[in-house]
Amino acid sequence: MADIEKQIVKGLTGLRDWVDDRFPLMQNWNEHLAKYYAPKNFNFWYFFGALAILVLVIQILTGIWLTMNYKPSAEGAFASVEYIMRDVSWGWFIRYMHSTGASAFFVVIFLHMFRALLYGSYKKPRELLWLSGMAIYLVIMGEAFFGYLLPWGQMSYWGAKVIISLFGALPIIGPDLAEWIRGDFVISDVTLNRFFSLHVIAFPLLILGLVGVHILALHEVGSNNPDGVDIKKHKDADGIPLDGIPFHPYYTVKDIFGAVVFLIFFFAVVFFSPEMGGYFLEHANFTPADPFTTPAHIAPVWYFTPFYAILRAVPDKLGGVIAMGLAVNIFLLLPWLDRSPVKSIRYRGMNYKIALTAFVISFVTLGWLGMQGVTPLYTWMARFFSVVYFSFFFLMPFYTAFDNDKAVPDRVTDK
Amino acid sequence: MENSNVDKSRRRFLTAAATVVGGAGTVAGAIPFIATMAPSAKTKAVGAPVEVDISNLQPGERLIKEWQGKPVWILRRTKEMLEDIASQDADVRDPASDASAQPDYAKNEYRAREDEYLIVLGVCTHLGCSPKFVLKDGDNRPSEDWKGGFFCPCHGSRFDLAGRVFKGVPAPTNLVVPPYKFLSPSLLLIGDDSEAV
Amino acid sequence: MNGFKQRYKMIFILLMMVSINAVAAGGSKLMHMEVDLSNETSLQRGAKTFVNYCLSCHSAAYMRYNRMGEDIGISDDVLKTNFMFGTDKVGDTMKIAMSASDAKIFFGVTPPDLSVIARSRGSDWLYSYFKTFYVDESRPFGVNNLTFKDVSMPHVLWKLQGIQRLTQSDHIDGAHHIPSYENLELITPGSQTEEEYDQTVRDLVNFLVYVGEPIKLKREKIGVWVMLYLFIFAIITYLLKKEYWRDVH
Repeated sequence: MADIEKQIVKGLTGLRDWVDDRFPLMQNWNEHLAKYYAPKNFNFWYFFGALAILVLVIQILTGIWLTMNYKPSAEGAFASVEYIMRDVSWGWFIRYMHSTGASAFFVVIFLHMFRALLYGSYKKPRELLWLSGMAIYLVIMGEAFFGYLLPWGQMSYWGAKVIISLFGALPIIGPDLAEWIRGDFVISDVTLNRFFSLHVIAFPLLILGLVGVHILALHEVGSNNPDGVDIKKHKDADGIPLDGIPFHPYYTVKDIFGAVVFLIFFFAVVFFSPEMGGYFLEHANFTPADPFTTPAHIAPVWYFTPFYAILRAVPDKLGGVIAMGLAVNIFLLLPWLDRSPVKSIRYRGMNYKIALTAFVISFVTLGWLGMQGVTPLYTWMARFFSVVYFSFFFLMPFYTAFDNDKAVPDRVTDK
Repeated sequence: MENSNVDKSRRRFLTAAATVVGGAGTVAGAIPFIATMAPSAKTKAVGAPVEVDISNLQPGERLIKEWQGKPVWILRRTKEMLEDIASQDADVRDPASDASAQPDYAKNEYRAREDEYLIVLGVCTHLGCSPKFVLKDGDNRPSEDWKGGFFCPCHGSRFDLAGRVFKGVPAPTNLVVPPYKFLSPSLLLIGDDSEAV
Repeated sequence: MNGFKQRYKMIFILLMMVSINAVAAGGSKLMHMEVDLSNETSLQRGAKTFVNYCLSCHSAAYMRYNRMGEDIGISDDVLKTNFMFGTDKVGDTMKIAMSASDAKIFFGVTPPDLSVIARSRGSDWLYSYFKTFYVDESRPFGVNNLTFKDVSMPHVLWKLQGIQRLTQSDHIDGAHHIPSYENLELITPGSQTEEEYDQTVRDLVNFLVYVGEPIKLKREKIGVWVMLYLFIFAIITYLLKKEYWRDVH
């Protein structure tokens, strides 16, 4: 038996060497896994990068399979979704994975971004890492928006109508631009067809490319950690960071465990509550798109509602659009707005802690307000929290520069 | 960091357990994706058995019906046609249909429930073209001693009036007989041969 | 350090809960019924009511007869004799003979397809809707509905329920007043008692919920196995992680 085992090992090693002579297999394996040294003190918040990749894989696989049965036409789209839900065996499973995956993507990405805010992951030298991540985030928002039109329900239709109308608010080019995006005078079969193309080909390619860039950028500068200290400052005789451990096997086994826990939540939604009480699949979207009847209450899917609330808070069409665009994109400036010498919240002063808390509260509250109907109270609340939201960014150069930061330790602290 | 008192066997066991359980989960997870690609309920409904009224079919005539998207030929054979079939047993590759696809009740010389009616799929067993029906004295007979049958224009395969393939042509087996039954002497059901009616 | 982190998580979770509760509480004055898809006879009775009363004007164009039969225990033969009127192919979907344009002339609107009506309206809405028709001579069909104001649909179940009227006008002292469900009163009894009619409506809504998502019957059963598997796998991967991380000090 041992002989056979030896033979197999020898054969596999031979194959690996054969490939390695022709392709940088081991080089890449080492560079990105076996000899990529990550800080040993990653905590809960560091699961979400790997989980984002997992969700991306889920979305791509289920998306490919959905495309096999979906029909991108105003005539057939709604029916083809119900066809997938009923007539295609296991079609419901693949569709629910995809619809749940869309929301899961934003949950994971929001938490991943929040991690960066907690531990200053966007700060020098990780500015490009942050920008590439922001690019992924923006593209994914587009991807989600295009995808949401495809079921051709009432919410798909009117949601897309409202969002595209935002472009119409731009001065001079606005109306023509909105028409150009739609390819028609209203949202129609033409719009659906092009959104389908963008959703299944263009944007997924962009996302994959950007994720590659994001990972390359990460592995160039190395991972940040909950202490925000640079592990490369202390290396042993072989040049290996003292506080670093090889990503493989330590973080692969850890991330696999994290992935399984994530899948428990994910499949709990898929199997037991795919509509998630109307948050993941909205009730009105089970009515086919009707260009003549607006649903009584329209709200975007939950992950867009914070920005939607900001849009509605501004009593001017163009101003609202600008505020909303700014709210989404202002994260891009974070590396330059933050003047604190300290990365991690563990060693920051009260200013930043208070500011971040206020920001999270305003983000969540705005998200909730974005789902509600318009009342004077809610509008004033939205205005108040919009101001808090923007203050977090615009006041950052001041409150971080004069913060009561603590001394940062030399090495990472606890595991 | 390297640890001398690592429990190698425990580590190996857990790695193996995780690989096996994870692998099983991956296989189970792949099943829905494979199953999705099988014919859907709609496809099955469209491909449900079809009833064919054959009361107006004259001897020597052929009727073409669609079942599951494929052409089904219904040929009402004359006495002479049946005699011609019997006379060619030596010329066909699989005279007793041993290597061909048909329900048991059609595994006979005439490949039919009722000798008079031939019901076969009009799909060449070579590469799926649809052969032409050429009568004994037809204009485009493939040979002078042609006694009537089916000729595939794609690669020249020939079949007799029982759908049996001749020797020396590319098609390997006889034309496929679909499941069918007679609901009445003049009403045929193609695609279903279950006993209970 | 940790304390702060914990607080942070708590605030986050609390806020999420507050917002979800607030949404759930908004504007629900509907009557409530418990949907029970495991009750096969209820689903069968609902199916009967559906094909007899709804399926002449409304379609359920995504629902196949034989799928329904298979799921709720009706044989093909019974389907053909008792449930199918427009077609004889059990693989067909529940379409109707009335064309959309004819229906529009007749009702003023095209009766919507009911395949996913329970998913867009919700079971409580449907339950309330079927129970709150009342006499209103100003409406084309002589009835109005407290759940769906000025609905263009006649009360097709009136022979079963009987006829209800409002005990108070929707105008009191010249001011507009929205009547509540308590203002309904049965003036002509139907062929069913109040309890029987309630059951009929429950069966019908049960059935509509099933039609909205036929896989719901099996989905949760499969989910239990998936959860079980994932819990076991989580334990194994946790032990694996622990084992490897013994290296890390």
